[in-house]
Amino acid sequence: MIALLVRDLRLTFRAGGGFGLGLAFFLIVTVLVPFGVGPQSDLLARIAPGILWVGALLACLLSLDRIFQLDFEDGSLDLLATAPLPLEGVVTMKALAHWVTTGLPLTLAAPLFGGLMSLPQAGYFWVFVTLLIGTPALSMIGTFGAALTVGLKRGGLLLSLLVLPLYIPTLLFGAETARRGIMGMDYAQTLAILAGVSAGSIAILPFAAAAAIRINLR
Amino acid sequence: MEDTRVRQHDDRWNWFWAWANPVKFMSWTGKVLPWLMAMTLVTLIPGLVWGFFFTPEAQGFGSSVKIIYVHVPSATMAIQAWGMMVVASLIWLIRRHHVGALAAKGAALIGLTMTAVALITGAIWGQPMWGTYWAWDPRLTAFLILFLFYIGYMALWAAIDDPDTAADLTSVLAIVGSVFAVLSRYAVNFWNQGLHQGATLSLDKEENIADVFWLPLVLSLVGFGLLCLVLVLVRTRTEVRMRRLRAIEMRERMRDA
Amino acid sequence: MPELGKYAGAVLSSWAVSVGLLVFLVVVTWIGARRSRAALDAAEARRRERQ
Repeated sequence: MIALLVRDLRLTFRAGGGFGLGLAFFLIVTVLVPFGVGPQSDLLARIAPGILWVGALLACLLSLDRIFQLDFEDGSLDLLATAPLPLEGVVTMKALAHWVTTGLPLTLAAPLFGGLMSLPQAGYFWVFVTLLIGTPALSMIGTFGAALTVGLKRGGLLLSLLVLPLYIPTLLFGAETARRGIMGMDYAQTLAILAGVSAGSIAILPFAAAAAIRINLR
Repeated sequence: MEDTRVRQHDDRWNWFWAWANPVKFMSWTGKVLPWLMAMTLVTLIPGLVWGFFFTPEAQGFGSSVKIIYVHVPSATMAIQAWGMMVVASLIWLIRRHHVGALAAKGAALIGLTMTAVALITGAIWGQPMWGTYWAWDPRLTAFLILFLFYIGYMALWAAIDDPDTAADLTSVLAIVGSVFAVLSRYAVNFWNQGLHQGATLSLDKEENIADVFWLPLVLSLVGFGLLCLVLVLVRTRTEVRMRRLRAIEMRERMRDA
Repeated sequence: MPELGKYAGAVLSSWAVSVGLLVFLVVVTWIGARRSRAALDAAEARRRERQ
């Protein structure tokens, strides 16, 4: 499993595009929003956590179709499916690799980009924490979506259509916790549910994703 | 393999599952459908006519209360259709009865239409009552999310060529999707509380509703339910026929080749 | 026609939309059913001819 993770990470880094592209996209979204809504810093400060969350979510979506596509095309997915390693483990490692290359950089970058959105002082911490807890769920749900659409030729658009509704609870609890944290309200409940969504996704979705891949490889 | 076959043969519930055999399904639905259609007509039409023409104005609502007779039944059916899809998907995944998968496919468009009716009538009703067509009220938002789920589900059906693969993948999506749909339903509660505390826009319709309004509502609820049942059965029959047609065409092509 | 007062527009438009969508759904279902039945009957007839 570790070997698989290392292999996936090395492939993504070597291919270049995927790693930096998500971050660049995130930056562009954050830059575009002030152009759209105007430069008033009080307005930006209010919507900053939400915008950062939506931006991170969209950037996450960008690299989803790569999770299985290359392996499916060159046949290594068939090899992985017949390998002694359970497919559920393979899927989890794929999601982990996606998180390390997409979710983690986004989480680290979000506080930096928050400066562009005149994020309140407390916001840096809260956006970082909620993204750190929430992005694993985004990667796992996305992996499930990618597993559903792996055999399709033009799966990209369909993938977004399937995955975005599934992202709603994570986005909602993530942004809500950040907002409550910034405003000094009681955040324990939403934070706990956000963590629950992440943990639940990681616990259950590998089985669903592995089932979807088995169906697609049949 | 031998083992499962024997076990399936001895299953006490086989009389029940036999109803899902495509040939038997076609024959019993063919017999039942005319009766169901008649029952739909005698409940739906009187229910709607009663609701539209013979209900008084309600306190605070005026005549806009008449919208309830299309709004509430369609909203109920929108949720029921999703529930039916999940059950049918489970039947397909566990028992591999094709009729299950086809029934799930048939229910999707019905659910989508019902969700659309509920959303649109809700928006039109919201304008005079709350002064806005759309508010991010938890219930409204939940229905919008349900609408998105229906669209995704149908898009996945449409995108996959092989019918069995499509049935499998959409079933997995329906089950995972319903977990997330329920989660979203509870999520929007938190989210809206955070935005405007204590502002309750949702109406508790079932409570304190007088019999003059309640009886026609029950009648149209039953009517909508029967209508959906009829539509699901007809659509499933269509899908069963299309499947058989595909099989015959495939055999013809094999012979010609 | 019942007296609808100031809510006439809302009531009538929402009923029109609902009935319209329901009729649309029924018609789509019905057409699909008829088409599938015709196609299947034709295919079955072809099959019987061959035998």
